[in-house]
Amino acid sequence: MKLYKIAAICALTLLSSTSIFAQAKKPATSPATGTLSASIARGKLVYSKICVTCHMADGLGAGAMNPPLAKTVYVLGAKPKLAAIVLNGFNESIEIDGNTFSNVMPSQDFLKDQEIADVLTYVRHSFGNKASAVTVAEVKKARAAKK
Amino acid sequence: MKSKKLLTLLLPIVAVAGFIVFNALKIDPPKHKNAADNAGLTLPAGFKASLIISSVPGGVREMAPTPNGDLYLKVMNTANRAGVILRKGIILLHVDGDKATIKTSFGKFMGSGVYLKNGYLYASNDTDVYRFKLNSNYEPVDPDHPEKLVVGLIARNGEHQPKAILVDDNNNLYVNIGAFSNSCQVEDRKLHSMGKPGCPVLDSAAGIWMFKADKVGQHYKDGIRYATGLRNVVGMDWNKQDNQLFVMQHGRDGLYSMFPEYYDAKQSAELPAECLYALKKGDNAGWPYIYYDQIQHKKILAPEYGGDGKKSVDDKYIDPVAAYPGHMAPDGLLFYTGSQFPEKYKNGAFIAFHGSWNRAPEPQAGFFVVFQPFKNGKPDGKWEVFANGFAGTQAQTESGRADRRPCGLAMGPDGSLYVSDDTANKGGVYKITYQK
Repeated sequence: MKLYKIAAICALTLLSSTSIFAQAKKPATSPATGTLSASIARGKLVYSKICVTCHMADGLGAGAMNPPLAKTVYVLGAKPKLAAIVLNGFNESIEIDGNTFSNVMPSQDFLKDQEIADVLTYVRHSFGNKASAVTVAEVKKARAAKK
Repeated sequence: MKSKKLLTLLLPIVAVAGFIVFNALKIDPPKHKNAADNAGLTLPAGFKASLIISSVPGGVREMAPTPNGDLYLKVMNTANRAGVILRKGIILLHVDGDKATIKTSFGKFMGSGVYLKNGYLYASNDTDVYRFKLNSNYEPVDPDHPEKLVVGLIARNGEHQPKAILVDDNNNLYVNIGAFSNSCQVEDRKLHSMGKPGCPVLDSAAGIWMFKADKVGQHYKDGIRYATGLRNVVGMDWNKQDNQLFVMQHGRDGLYSMFPEYYDAKQSAELPAECLYALKKGDNAGWPYIYYDQIQHKKILAPEYGGDGKKSVDDKYIDPVAAYPGHMAPDGLLFYTGSQFPEKYKNGAFIAFHGSWNRAPEPQAGFFVVFQPFKNGKPDGKWEVFANGFAGTQAQTESGRADRRPCGLAMGPDGSLYVSDDTANKGGVYKITYQK
């Protein structure tokens, strides 16, 4: 009896998740989102090569050293500011959810504008984040304004 | 029609769901049958563990047992960012079997170090060392007015800022001052940034300093740099057989992320070794110029200073007496001098590995207490995992999302082993005992 109930719940959960997949698939056919998903896919490669060592695969950072990238104003907020962090590095003591982080983030200015746009787009669409894509033009502008 | 379509859609789902439920209901035998009884830890046969205090907000770093069986704890975080003090920095626990009660708490400062010697309790925050006179019950005589022994030590960038402390039999106070840098690069942690020539960090950090344990108001100039070239030390203990200070160094990070032409991600997860050093006055362990490679068994020139992962160095730098896989963060070191545990543990070393983060994208490691056998004051034979399971599941270990993390180690007068948990939202103390 109880087993049956669990099975039913599982079936429902699976059913609803399949419908989410189905929904997610649809817009991928439109050209604009196609570009977005390609940028996210490229960004994921950059992330897993450069960023993952400190921010971790789940984007939740490491202890009191490396800050999380999930749902923070630094990631979801103004894009020029975010691009500037990647280009200039970050050495300010910041607070996220009451925690502070000690490690220095080095400048990643050796990355190409496209790579930075992609990785930031990936980060803004991952770890529970949902924010607009970052374009190459926006990164170019941030690089021009680089200190 | 509609119901038939729904059925064809549902059938595979029900089948999958049934399979999942079936598997979930299978009862896997636990790897060690006493895990549940041992506060979630797995231990060698005959050992038992209990969480004698399961919640200490701010996290417990080092501990200092009293001769009458009580236990001092140093609480790491005592204030919020605005500087509002939330709690006291030192707790005195009364331990009764597998239960503990808080006798008193005092000390308005955060920090990591605590040590009991000759009727005094020594404690550190990130810049200073204090001491409290104790009465015959080992309670502080004047908990609100400690003597300030050492002031103004460097804690720059908040990197490696906790000050580990120890007092020897000759009233010398040893203080670790961690490097405020990973590998002394011109630009900290940046791809291909080279090392600063004549690394200036070494003048005021990256070593063990020696002060007087009974003199108030000492600054850098009143102490001596006892040993240098140690990036960061948290676990330290005095080895009575060798009459010598032993320390565990936290090795440098990021070989792959900074020098990918010489290292791949797998090598960078294992290298460099976390090293156990036996120190003499004047020793130099070589940070940032070299690191120890436990696979090649060599001191290797750091890539920041012209190394390529292969060039070895064999001159003025000391060798470790034992080496362990990289990034596991040794935060506790204790020579076991008690008689409760079986003979093989006598005078051997327990090491608490806090657990890694710098192994990504490889799985994280550590989060356990290791036993290193010793013979005649020297490591003898391979280390073994003694207590595991602090993190929770294997998946939690590999992702680094640990429930709890072992940090400090201490031995009670009856030979019981204490292991602290310094996770700020939980915090606690484990007691490990042996029953014949």
